[in-house]
Amino acid sequence: MDLLRKWVQGLFFFMTNGYWNFPVTRSIYKGPLKVVCSPGLNCYSCPASTTYCPIGALQQLFAGIRISIETGQFFMGFYVIGTMGILGGFVGRMICGWACPFGLFQELLHKIPSPKFGIWPLLRYMKYILLVFMVILLPLFAIDEFGSGSTWFCKYFCPAGTLEAGIPMLLLQPALQANLGWLFLLKLSILIFFIIWAVLASRPFCRTACPLGAFYALFSKVKLIKVSLDHKKCTHCGACHDVCPMGVHFNESPDDMECISCLSCSKVCKQNAINLGIRGLSIANQYKKPKVKPI
Amino acid sequence: MGQPGFSTNDNELNQPVKNRGKNIKMAPFIVIILFLILAMIGIGLGEPSQVLNQATQICLSCIGIG
Repeated sequence: MDLLRKWVQGLFFFMTNGYWNFPVTRSIYKGPLKVVCSPGLNCYSCPASTTYCPIGALQQLFAGIRISIETGQFFMGFYVIGTMGILGGFVGRMICGWACPFGLFQELLHKIPSPKFGIWPLLRYMKYILLVFMVILLPLFAIDEFGSGSTWFCKYFCPAGTLEAGIPMLLLQPALQANLGWLFLLKLSILIFFIIWAVLASRPFCRTACPLGAFYALFSKVKLIKVSLDHKKCTHCGACHDVCPMGVHFNESPDDMECISCLSCSKVCKQNAINLGIRGLSIANQYKKPKVKPI
Repeated sequence: MGQPGFSTNDNELNQPVKNRGKNIKMAPFIVIILFLILAMIGIGLGEPSQVLNQATQICLSCIGIG
C-alpha cells in the first residue's frame, strides 16, 4: 500500500503539473484545464501547473466580491467551495497524504538524515486561524480605496507559491528580478524555514499552516472513505503512535482531524485493527503475518 | 440542563444503536450532495469562467514579486 501511495502521489504531481512546454513559452499554462480544481496545494502561477489552486482561487474571488456584485455577476466562491467540499466529503485529508505535491515535497525532505523532532500539538490550531483570517476574512474585509481586497495568504505567507511559482518565474523571466523587494524576501524566508523544519520534523506545513488541510480536516467525521479502527481487535499496544507522520495516536482518536489516511499505522498493526474502508466496508488491510518456515 | 460534552437530545439518545450507525453512514452523502448543489449554483452564476480567467494570468503580487 505504501508503494501504491507513492505512485498515486507521483501521478497527482504530474497530473497537476503536466505542462512541460514552459521552458519554451517562458510562461504559465493558459488552457481550459485550468478550470479544474487541484485537490492539493498547487500554485496556479506555477509554470507547469495545469489546474487551479482552490485556496488561491477562493481568495481571488473573495477579494473581488464587491466589484463582482457591483457589476451584477455575484461571484461568491460557490464553485470553488463546492468543489473543495465534494473532495472533502469523499476523502477529506486523504488528499494531503495521497495527492498533494507540497505534502510529497515535505515527505521527501524528511527522508534527509538528521535528528528528528516532534511538533508541539497546539501548533495544529494555527492552520485554522490562517484559514479564517488570511483566506477568508482579510481578503473579504481588508479592502483598498477601489473596494478590492488582496490575496493575503498567497501574498504574505504561502511557501508553496514561492517554491512552485515565485522562484521558477524569476528564472524564466529574469526581467522580473527588478521588482524584487521585502515581500519576496519575507516569502523566501518562510519557505526556507519550512524546508529546514520539514527535514527535522514530519510534514510541519501540513500540520501547522496549511489552510487547505484545515478545510479538509473539517470532514474527518463525515467523509466517505476513511481509515477506521476495529475496537474489538485493538489491544492498545501503541504501535500506531510511533509511525504516524502527523503525530496522531490512532487508537485513541480514530476520527482525528490530523489523520491523512496514509495507512502507515495499518501497516504496523499486528491485530489488523486498522482498515481503510468505504462507509465502514473494509477495502484495504495491510499487515501480513510473517511466514514461519516449518523446521 | 445537560452537562457540557453530553448530548441532551432525547431522540438521539433513545435511538437504537443500529440506527445511529446508519445516520452516521448517510452523512457523507448528504455532505457531498450539499456541496454539489453549491458547486452547481457557482456554475450557474458563471464562476468557472472567472476562475479560469484568474488562473490563466500570473498574479505577480500573489507570488511575492512586485
